[in-house]
Amino acid sequence: MPLLEIQNLIVEFQTASGPFRAVDGVSLSIDQREVLAIVGESGSGKSVSMLAVMGLLPWSAKVSADRMTFAGRNLLSLSVADRRRMVGKDMAMIFQEPMASLNPCFTVGFQIEEVLKVHLGLDRKARRARAIELLKLVGIPQPEDRLGHFPHQMSGGQCQRVMIAIALACNPKLLIADEPTTALDVTIQKQILDLLMRLQAEHGMALIMITHNMGVVAETADRVIVQYKGRKMEEADVLSLFENPKSDYTRALLSALPENATGDRLPTISDFMTDGGFRGAAQ
Amino acid sequence: MTGPILEGKNIVRDYHIRGGMFGAARTIHAVKGVSFKVDKGRTLAIVGESGCGKSTLARIITLIDAATAGELFIEGRKVDISKGGLTPEMRRKVQIVFQNPYGSLNPRQKIGDVLGEPLLINTTRTAEDRRELAMAMLKKVGLGHEHYNRYPHMFSGGQRQRIAIARALMLNPSLLVLDEPVSALDLSVQAQVLNLLADLQDEFGLTYVFISHDLSVVRYIADDVMVMYFGEAVEYGSRDAVFSDPQHSYTRTLFAATPRADVDSIRARLARKNAA
Repeated sequence: MPLLEIQNLIVEFQTASGPFRAVDGVSLSIDQREVLAIVGESGSGKSVSMLAVMGLLPWSAKVSADRMTFAGRNLLSLSVADRRRMVGKDMAMIFQEPMASLNPCFTVGFQIEEVLKVHLGLDRKARRARAIELLKLVGIPQPEDRLGHFPHQMSGGQCQRVMIAIALACNPKLLIADEPTTALDVTIQKQILDLLMRLQAEHGMALIMITHNMGVVAETADRVIVQYKGRKMEEADVLSLFENPKSDYTRALLSALPENATGDRLPTISDFMTDGGFRGAAQ
Repeated sequence: MTGPILEGKNIVRDYHIRGGMFGAARTIHAVKGVSFKVDKGRTLAIVGESGCGKSTLARIITLIDAATAGELFIEGRKVDISKGGLTPEMRRKVQIVFQNPYGSLNPRQKIGDVLGEPLLINTTRTAEDRRELAMAMLKKVGLGHEHYNRYPHMFSGGQRQRIAIARALMLNPSLLVLDEPVSALDLSVQAQVLNLLADLQDEFGLTYVFISHDLSVVRYIADDVMVMYFGEAVEYGSRDAVFSDPQHSYTRTLFAATPRADVDSIRARLARKNAA
């Protein structure tokens, strides 16, 4: 049985000009220990569908699905209290802007320990020990000193490591990483990706990587879902996606990579469109 | 015109931080003696991670900041804005496009005014002329006349970057500094903007200084590449030389860290994973 299973997910936002459909009938599933990448450009609904899983969408969003289960539990009928107990513990998420996702008013130690207190009910001493252990795990030197630091005293890469430490605090079954390296330098990106992959393998977590960077997909994923304007265009294992993309949109994305450029001009998405849209391969 | 459009000799920039209640005064050496030369119609790419001084260098080249030491030549003429200020004529020659098109356009200014403003400040052209030139420039960057009276929030990121490029070109500069012009854009939009830049370079004979941290983009667009690390140029040469035979260990680290999206490296990664 898959760890997370979603069938026909639809997310609509109420706007002044009527409902806007951000996610339009996406189905996906992920097994334990699997790394799934969701690729797409801004507006493809890749973040929104995962925020729906986490229950983090604002009230203006309307979520519906034929089926949405996580570890055998139905997410659609889950009570608010039950979901709060699950989010942050069994499934956790890290975001794009590490500086913005940490609270600037509290030390990183406080923010890590908060999770341990709420979800695991550890006492003060055990929390501190576990926080130090977590910072060590994500490769922050001198973790004892770092606990007392505020986010602004750390670099972007360090903040992202702290975010990962918070996400891993309760040994989640599923980690969702929403563009975890987009705001970081390439050398730091490499370190963070290596760290995520190492932790995924060691802890046997399932990992969903949301990204728009094909290089990141190639370096991390087992299986890939390509989304465009709220719809799933293609789903394939990573090798066949790069070797033999089925949908026009995937082909367009791959050929827009500067490293695949042949000749003077880069092909753009419109070169691949037929009748102002794409023939959906996976629909 | 013979000789390079842009030449820098031993450019140094220090920032002095005044001591206050919480710390002593100190000096930050942001750029430590960098030299470069760009010929007409060519593209120099400056690569490096955040804090390496590449944007400081961009500000110096664009004549926004003065260098602490060193000499800057534009079209063979020595420019020093710390003495004597900057003439409108020099301002016309160098323009800049910034990274974030959401931040670099005034949200309360219509696109027509955005494009007309450089002319208003630096030339004596009439309103009628300015309007005509702005309309023509909109066409050149792939937008239409109907966009003239719109506000920035009505445009997507890629369109805004086109507007920022259009504004920079209004004064017919010979040198355009592009500070991470595509790093905030989606992949497909990035391709469109890079194509646009290539077309404009051909049409106007523009010289580019292209600042980026994305090596795949640099490899695509640059003629020469300079790699900066902690304020120093650790590597400088033609694109092919730098990419095929990097000399400095930092350049090699940078190449190794760039994610690879080719089938062979995916195969190798999957093989490693299965073996583990």
